[in-house]
Amino acid sequence: MLNPSAPTSSTASRAEHAVAQDEGGASVAIAPQTAGISLRSVTKRYGSVLAIKQINLEIAAGSYCCLLGPSGCGKTTTLRMIAGHETITSGEIWIGNSRVNALPPAKRNTAMVFQNYALFPHKTVRQNIDFGLKMRRISPRERAQRVDEMLDIVGLKEFAQRKPDKLSGGQQQRVALARALVTRPQVLLLDEPLSALDENLRVKTRGELRKLQRQFGMTFIQVTHAQDEAFSLSDQIVVMDHGQVDQVGTPQTIFNQPASKFVAQFIGDNNIFSGTVVQVDPGEKGAMIQLDVAGLGRFRCTGQAANVGMAAAFCVRADQMTLHSPGHSEIKDDNASSNQVSARITAVEFTGYVTRVSLMLEATGQEILYKALTQDWGAHQLQEGQLIPLSWRVNDSIFLSH
Amino acid sequence: MNWKSLQPYLLVTPQTLIFLVFLVFPILLIGVVSFWGFNGYAMVPGFTWDNYIGVFTSEVALKIYLNTFRYVGLVWVCSLAIAFPVAYFLAFHIDSLRWKVILFLVCTIPFWTSNIIRNIAWVPLLGKEGLVNQILQSLHLTQQPLEFLLYSDFAVVLGLVYLYTFFMIAPIFNSLMRIDRNLITAARDMGASGFQVLKEVILPLAAPGIAIGSIFVTTLVMGEFVTVRLMGGGQSASIGKLISTQIGSLQYPLAAANAVILLAVTLVMVAAILQVVDIRQEL
Repeated sequence: MLNPSAPTSSTASRAEHAVAQDEGGASVAIAPQTAGISLRSVTKRYGSVLAIKQINLEIAAGSYCCLLGPSGCGKTTTLRMIAGHETITSGEIWIGNSRVNALPPAKRNTAMVFQNYALFPHKTVRQNIDFGLKMRRISPRERAQRVDEMLDIVGLKEFAQRKPDKLSGGQQQRVALARALVTRPQVLLLDEPLSALDENLRVKTRGELRKLQRQFGMTFIQVTHAQDEAFSLSDQIVVMDHGQVDQVGTPQTIFNQPASKFVAQFIGDNNIFSGTVVQVDPGEKGAMIQLDVAGLGRFRCTGQAANVGMAAAFCVRADQMTLHSPGHSEIKDDNASSNQVSARITAVEFTGYVTRVSLMLEATGQEILYKALTQDWGAHQLQEGQLIPLSWRVNDSIFLSH
Repeated sequence: MNWKSLQPYLLVTPQTLIFLVFLVFPILLIGVVSFWGFNGYAMVPGFTWDNYIGVFTSEVALKIYLNTFRYVGLVWVCSLAIAFPVAYFLAFHIDSLRWKVILFLVCTIPFWTSNIIRNIAWVPLLGKEGLVNQILQSLHLTQQPLEFLLYSDFAVVLGLVYLYTFFMIAPIFNSLMRIDRNLITAARDMGASGFQVLKEVILPLAAPGIAIGSIFVTTLVMGEFVTVRLMGGGQSASIGKLISTQIGSLQYPLAAANAVILLAVTLVMVAAILQVVDIRQEL
């Protein structure tokens, strides 16, 4: 149900929702089932604090988008601005074909799932799910029918008469989802919907969220600080830091080609080397860039463009380094010849499927991380304290301009 | 038994003794005395229903009971009408905790002096030659002094509302403060108007606080006699004042019977409030 065309275009996925009877009996067009979102130079200021700095963002209709970043990066504020629970200081927010800056939350065709679900404690599951329909003055018969339908979808039929505090965390989460979905919004906004669940349930619920999104076909925008969550759910990830968008891309792009030091660090398991650009050789696909890293020498990496003399960095993923046996002095592979360091093993951490090895560079003292499948690591027969050479391919070292 | 296992009992012993000696024992005594006889000079120990029959067959006593209920009703409505907006303002419109605390303490200022003094302070304000009448007359809004301002039911209710509204504010404020702000945002998100948020979310969640406040106001007003005497002059009557008058004329058994009935009626009212609202979540 992914719609890759312009985000302002909308698709009506359910014909029966395209036209509805209002109380007067006249036909009124109601919004189609999904809509894209567009943020144009959106800025949010709290007094003298600039919380969101001129964000531009396009989210395709029917896609699953995660706003990823550390706490305080502005991701929740962005979500609440889209929902209409925060005013914007300047800029424009478009949902489908309408500019929603001045519209109240209920008029934006969005629905929000709150971090701790915000279920009404004095209402039963049924009354909670019914709330949005009741507020919209929908006829009691249709309300009952739609609530039943939602109870079925989230599998809570037998809990309909319970109060939220008599439900497990996972069940509460499903009530929150049902309550938001029952009004058939074009866009579902989820604020850390999985953070209150334990690890096993989180992975399971992740799958259910993705399934619901496919089933309903609406746009999902989810705020999260967990990269595994963003990777597994998203069509598009928006990495945010300090009120700005750092990188927008598919999970694969974010993982393989981080655009900044921050993204490389936040995604995790990246080794980052800072230095100065000394040579740029433009090629067919981007440029070959050489960096001089103090104390380590020159390294080659791939990037788009750089200026000689600028301070920059490159990163290498912990799983894309190659270990060599101790004493192995010269690596013959030409591609890797300039990308080699010597490091001493400081700690070996068994995490199950993967073993994480911490090392310290002999020359500069910088800590780096190496990851191997546990079965491969076993074959190396290496001990803590040993000095070993590590190398990596030029194509695997990604240039980071900032 | 060692020292450690005795400790919890020792901690509650003083309160338990005070409770027994000064509350339970006197109430039992009142209960016993309410069945004693009275010969015009002294109490006669014995067992008679005369006192209770006297109360239930006296038209004056019935009128006084009804009048007391009227006070309870009026004071309850007025104090709720004043307290809810105040508590709402403190809880939802004042953002900093510091200012919430300061303004909440401001509400307690009337309690910094005794309630008799506070009652007497109304006299120069509401009396025939009082400030309010003088201002009204000098503005030519009234020709004669308004008599109902003091020594009237109006004055009694005014005094009681003034005295007891804080007992309504505090529990309502407390329950409003416990409401998760996200619930209000969520209600808004689902299209609730301001009034619907109030009706569907805030009022149901504030109900335990309103109930506790109502219990305070009901029990306090039911037993009230100082304010009724000082503000109502000779015109107004309440059960409390009736009991006090009977004690003054040494009719102890009759006063005791009235006290027992008052206690029973008050407990029934409290039970009725608890039937309507579940206050457990607030304790």
